[in-house]
Amino acid sequence: MANIPLASPELAAVEVGGMSRSAFLVRGALATGALVGGGAVSPFVRRAMAQEMGGDVDVLNFALTLEYLEATFYSRAISKGRHMSGETVRLAREIRDNEMAHVGALRETIRQLGATPVKAPTVGFGDVFTSDRAFLKLAQTLEDTGVSAYNGAAPQIRSRDVLAAAGSIVQVEARHAALIRLMRGEDPAPDAFDPSLDKQQVLMAVEPFVKA
Amino acid sequence: MPDTDTQTGALQQLQDDPATRKRFLRMIGGAGAAGAAGLLAAACGGKDANTGGRAASTAAMSRSKNADVSIVNYALTLEYVEADFYDQVVKSGQITDRATVDLAKRIAEVERQHVEALSGTVTKLGGKPAAKPATRFDDVIAAGPEKILRTAATVENLGAAAYLGQAGRITSKEVLAAALAIHTVEARHAAALNQLVGRGFTGGSALEGSIPDGAFAEAMTMDQVLARVKPFLAPS
Repeated sequence: MANIPLASPELAAVEVGGMSRSAFLVRGALATGALVGGGAVSPFVRRAMAQEMGGDVDVLNFALTLEYLEATFYSRAISKGRHMSGETVRLAREIRDNEMAHVGALRETIRQLGATPVKAPTVGFGDVFTSDRAFLKLAQTLEDTGVSAYNGAAPQIRSRDVLAAAGSIVQVEARHAALIRLMRGEDPAPDAFDPSLDKQQVLMAVEPFVKA
Repeated sequence: MPDTDTQTGALQQLQDDPATRKRFLRMIGGAGAAGAAGLLAAACGGKDANTGGRAASTAAMSRSKNADVSIVNYALTLEYVEADFYDQVVKSGQITDRATVDLAKRIAEVERQHVEALSGTVTKLGGKPAAKPATRFDDVIAAGPEKILRTAATVENLGAAAYLGQAGRITSKEVLAAALAIHTVEARHAAALNQLVGRGFTGGSALEGSIPDGAFAEAMTMDQVLARVKPFLAPS
């Protein structure tokens, strides 16, 4: 398994009610996943963890996987969103458009670096699209995890252009997270310093939603 | 399944916890006792990608450290201006809505934590932290709640664009990680405030809207940012 150094181990280790902040994020996702039926570690996570984060292409492909997950999540929310409010669907559309643009940009960047973009994973979100409440809760987890994933991976990026692109994307992920949190009546910025997550923590967080 | 409300409460407690700030400062300094020396080594890092895998010369080390000091001092100045603005707004009593006052207080506290962390970072880098600038928000505050909140929303978008503009210029990975951790918090404030003032995803002009640039946030240079901040600085 790749040994990815935490960009900010001290921050990630900050304890929240006896749990580290990063563990909290992961546990939140796993708890949601438990409802969806996530079980043992899937082949996807085993495969992904076996890949070293050796260079910018690996970081970009890792980001691409998360963006695929998010884009699919919002696309399904819109097509299955009969039970959701107009305001929620409107937000989902805006975010979906952003995530699809991120997918396109990351694929293009990976190609420009002479590499092959990873394929979109097969994902499932159970019945979270049956209410605003369930949808927004998972959306918040995915966006907060996305912010922490980019913040954790960015310091490993070598190219300044790639770093600038990642920064440009993570700022938009943070905005999504804040808007979703606001809609849920949650603090849009719960930490003075956004925590970062390493690759393994992120994979564990999204694992429940990835089928293959 | 864990109780969500309990966890949210715990997260809010974290905000008020001074230990968070201490841990942040430790993070800036590298692994605990290593302190400034550790940070300097990391900033100049023999294995660091920014130096092309070769040990940097002493002169280059000093240059990159000085560059990071000026970037962090620039961020520190912006955070001083933001923190001061929210403090003055709260003190003015112009905003009477309870929830909005609470939000302003919370953001002011976060900006103060950024000030503290950035100031500590400059010191650890061996530099001298920038002095708190004298600000001028009288006109904005006198204009009332709507103008105050619109200004706050624009200033947070400016802050996010300012951090983004520096990300690619920072040499030390630790300083970069810290800047990124603050960058996304500014973005969260910006999105929330722009939403609260009813600007929608994109507003009428640049720096307005909860997602003002669409899918890809745009960066601003130091000169661009300082030109926008200048009206809020008292003439020296």
